[in-house]
Formats: sequence, C-alpha cells, structure tokens
Amino acid sequence: MSLVKGNLGTIVTMVIGLALMFGLPMTLDMFAIMQLTLYVVLSIFAVSLAYIWGYGGIFCFGQASFFGLGGYVFAVSGINMGDTTVPFLLSIIIPGLFAAALGYFMFYGRLTDVYMGVVTLVVSLIMFKLINHTAGPEYTIGEARLGGFNGMPDVPVLNYPFQPGEFMDPVHIFYFAMGLLLAVYLGLKLLQRTKFGRVTVAIRENETRAQLLGYDVRLHKVLVFAIGGAIAGMGGGLYSTYQAFIDPNAFALVMSAQCLIWVMVGGLGTLVGPVIACCVLQYLTVWLGAVEIANNNFVLGVILIVAVLVLPRGLLPSLQDYGLMLWNRVRPKPEGGDTATADAAATRAGAGE
Amino acid sequence: MNDQAPLLETKGLFMRFGGVTAVDDVNFRLNPGELRCLIGPNGAGKSTFFKCLTGQLDPSEGEISFEGRPITGLNSHDIARRGIGIKTQVPNLFDGLTAHENVWLAARHHHAKAHADKLVTEVMARVGISHLADAVVAKLAHGQRQLIELATVLAGEPTLILLDEPAAGMTHEETARAAEIIREINQTTAMIVVEHDMQFIRQIASMVTVFHQGAILVEAPMEEILRNPTVRDVYLGKRTAA
Repeated sequence: MSLVKGNLGTIVTMVIGLALMFGLPMTLDMFAIMQLTLYVVLSIFAVSLAYIWGYGGIFCFGQASFFGLGGYVFAVSGINMGDTTVPFLLSIIIPGLFAAALGYFMFYGRLTDVYMGVVTLVVSLIMFKLINHTAGPEYTIGEARLGGFNGMPDVPVLNYPFQPGEFMDPVHIFYFAMGLLLAVYLGLKLLQRTKFGRVTVAIRENETRAQLLGYDVRLHKVLVFAIGGAIAGMGGGLYSTYQAFIDPNAFALVMSAQCLIWVMVGGLGTLVGPVIACCVLQYLTVWLGAVEIANNNFVLGVILIVAVLVLPRGLLPSLQDYGLMLWNRVRPKPEGGDTATADAAATRAGAGE
Repeated sequence: MNDQAPLLETKGLFMRFGGVTAVDDVNFRLNPGELRCLIGPNGAGKSTFFKCLTGQLDPSEGEISFEGRPITGLNSHDIARRGIGIKTQVPNLFDGLTAHENVWLAARHHHAKAHADKLVTEVMARVGISHLADAVVAKLAHGQRQLIELATVLAGEPTLILLDEPAAGMTHEETARAAEIIREINQTTAMIVVEHDMQFIRQIASMVTVFHQGAILVEAPMEEILRNPTVRDVYLGKRTAA
C-alpha cells in the first residue's frame, strides 16, 4: 500500500500516458497523429532540460547543442548505414558523451551557474555557426553531405529494429515516440528513488554540504549532465527522422530558449509540467500561425510574461499548491498536528506529480 | 612531551587572502579521542582554520596530516571520506529535504541501504530529533536545525568531528542537551569544538586552544586559560569585567 502511495503521482501519470498512447490513434486522424508525434518528440527534449535543471540544478542555456547533435548523428549515420537501429542508439550515446566531456570541463573547472549558462549558450552558438558553414561538397561524411545552411534532406524514416527497408508507419512512429517519452519519464522517476537520484537533489539543495558528506559533486553533476544530454540527443534523433530532414536550426538559440520556456512555464522540479507546457505552447504556435490573428512570437511572449507573473513556480507546482490550499480548507483539522510535518507530507505528495 | 601519534597535525599552516593573513603559522596537534575547544575573538581565524582542515580552502602554505597521512590540498569530499566531519557555524543542510532525508544522505554514503536506515533511526534518537523526521528542515527553528546537522555529521561515522559553534542560537535546554551529546560522542570520537559560550566549554572540554589574529596564542587546560592574563586581555577580559 505504501508503495502505491509513495508512487501515486508516477502511476497516475503512466496510466494517463499509456491511455493517450493507445487511445489517441483510435480517435484522431493521421494528420493529427503526425502533429502529436512532433509534440511528443519535443517533449522528450523538454524533459531532458527539466531533469538537469529541475532535479540537478544545472542551468543549461544551450540544451539545443545536444538536441542538434543527436539529429545530425542520426542523419549522418542513418544515411550511411541504411538501417536506423544503430543510428538511433548513436543519437543517444554520442550527445551523452559530448555532454559528459563538456560537463567535465565546466564542473571540474568549478564554473558557477551564470557562467555555465553562458558557456552552454556559446557552445550551442558555435555548433550552429560551424554546421552552417558546411555547405560545400567537401563536408561529406561517407555518403552524407552535411549541407550547411541548406540542411540534410533524405534523412531515413525509422525502420523496425534491424530490418532496413521495413519502415514504420506514422502511427507506429507515434507509439515509438510516446513509448520513449514514457520510458524516459519512468526511468528518471525510478532513478530519483535511488541513492544517485537522492544525491542529485541533495546537490541541488546544498552543494557544499553534499561535498562535506563525502559526495563527489563534480563527478555527480557530470553524470547528470550526460544523462540530460543523452535524452536531448534522443529527442534530436527522433526530430531528424520525423521530418526526414535536419538543418542548423536544430542548434539555434530559439530551440534552447523554447526549451527553457517549456520548463519555466511547466514548472521547475517536475517532469510532467514541461511536457504539458511544451504541447500547449507548440499547439498555440501552430494554431496562431494558421489563424493569423497576431504575430506568433508576440502572443507567446505575452503568454510567457503572464505565466511567470501569475504562476511564478510554473503550471504544475502552482496547480499542486492551489489543490493543497483547497484540501487544507475542506479537510478536518488535526488536533495538535505538527505543521512542518504536515507540510512535508504535502510537499512529498506533490513531488510525486 | 606527548609521544602518542597525533590524529590530526598541522605544521606551519598559513591561509592568506590578499594582504590579510587569516591563519598565521599554526602548529596544531590533536590526539586520538581528544576533545579540544578552540576559542578566540571574532576574526581570530578559527572558522578559516576549520575550512583548511576540511578542504573548503586550500592553505597558502604548510601541511595538514590526518591519521599520519597528508591531506593538504585534497578536495572536501576526499577529506570527508577519510573521516573528518564538520558541523558548520550556520546550519548547512539540504533545506528542501526532510530531517530524515538529510541524515540518511550522510549514512547512505558509507553504508548499504539496510544498515543506513537503521543507523539513521539510531542517530536521530540519540540526538533527540526522532519527532522531526518528516519535517522539512527549512521550516524548523535554528536550534532544531543545529541538532539535525549534528545528527547528519554523526551518521557519517567520522573519526574526527569539527563543531563550529554548536550551541549558537540554542535554547538553554538545547544547549544542555548538546553538551551531553558532545560528551557522549567524545567517548568514541575525537572532536574539535569552536565555541564562545564559556559555560558550555566548561561543561565539555579539558584542553583549550586560544586563537588570536590567526595564530595560536596559548594551549592549556580550561582552568589555566581562565587565569591567564594574556587570554583575558585579548578575549575573556571583556566578559570577566562584565
């Protein structure tokens, strides 16, 4: 019973996620499913930053570095190999290793938050510039031309594992992407329950105390950053195959900024909040573009300002706070209860999402 | 002189910040199982000395050895793993976590889960904070936070415990409890305690080291320190006059 109680939020999220995964293809048309697949792919990207920033306390302003790298790794290896199984795995591993290397220099160099934001932003801009200048025919890896600012067309569609030529249909790609999103969510939730996960949160709370207890904070942060990079790379790989195209915009400042906005609006410290924010804001972007009432960026900017002012902790934590407030009003008052303990129990319940 | 191999020893230790010398040629020696109090006026260099011992600051000059092995320049986590635990002056906790989680993180670093769970329960009971187990530490009073930090340090089962003003901000009852706990801990673990409350020091220590302007002024038993005119001039004079 306590196992269910402690994981209630995760169980509810998984049940809703699975219901959406199998229910939506039965009710929506193909176009809508394809559109949803893009939201799911971007949600994986959102979760990557939600993890390293929200759980690990690592402020990364260049998460698109890993997203774009995952996209290009998938494109280059997919074009060369034909089969997409190994390229998909590479799109996770290589950005993860790149994040570990970058993290090593940042964390062992004892960079503080602001500088970390600047360094990660600069790295993403360098990668954007670099890939933009690969338009010439000399920038070819095997059979794959990088294409510079023109991007890379002919990125292969996902095939069934180790069956080149047997391409997944859009509904199966949706299942696959949604399955990965749920697996990433569940994996991170389970990870948070381990010693590694608890130390991650402890370091976010107080780095000095964690060190004084004997934890190697720098190594731990490198690992957290690498996990976030690997997840972002997975999102990038899926993004690349979903569009059958990748261009330098995958590294762009806009991508990193969007991801930050999803996490801020959704709520720092949660995984589900950024997913909801990502889907809602992406839908709004598409809808505003279609109805042409006002400039997209202007409306989204207003939404962001309103969200930050009205829900400073983000969507999900604010909803949890309001729910808790209502519950405190209606529930019978315990006699001589310990306020701090009651609040702690509420916080723990909220953290379960 | 004492022939026993020291647990902790510093030789010619200096810590300079620009033109300011916060720790000035400190030669300090602590025997296994000893409880030593460090006293001195504000700015005497006590906390900086602690930071050098725990690796939070890299000494400008000199050597520190612990259990016969050099630890100068090691990272904080390496020094903590060798068995030096510290309770800082301002409670240094994981504010968003519960008291139980704080203590658990210390115990879990050294032990398997089952043993860590048992150790946390024991330590929290020993310090008298079992009733606060589920409370988020950010919402607790200063004295309670002090005790939680003490429990956190104990759960790491260090060989040497550094306590920086453990009784600061505590109520009379909490101070008495802290003194009792410290005496009890000292039966198995060596300790260095920085404290200003002379009444508290009398309850716990026999040997006292007086810091003044970054250097060791005098080292002697408590009663001798109280009679020392130089010490009274630099530190105790104001209090005895009052």
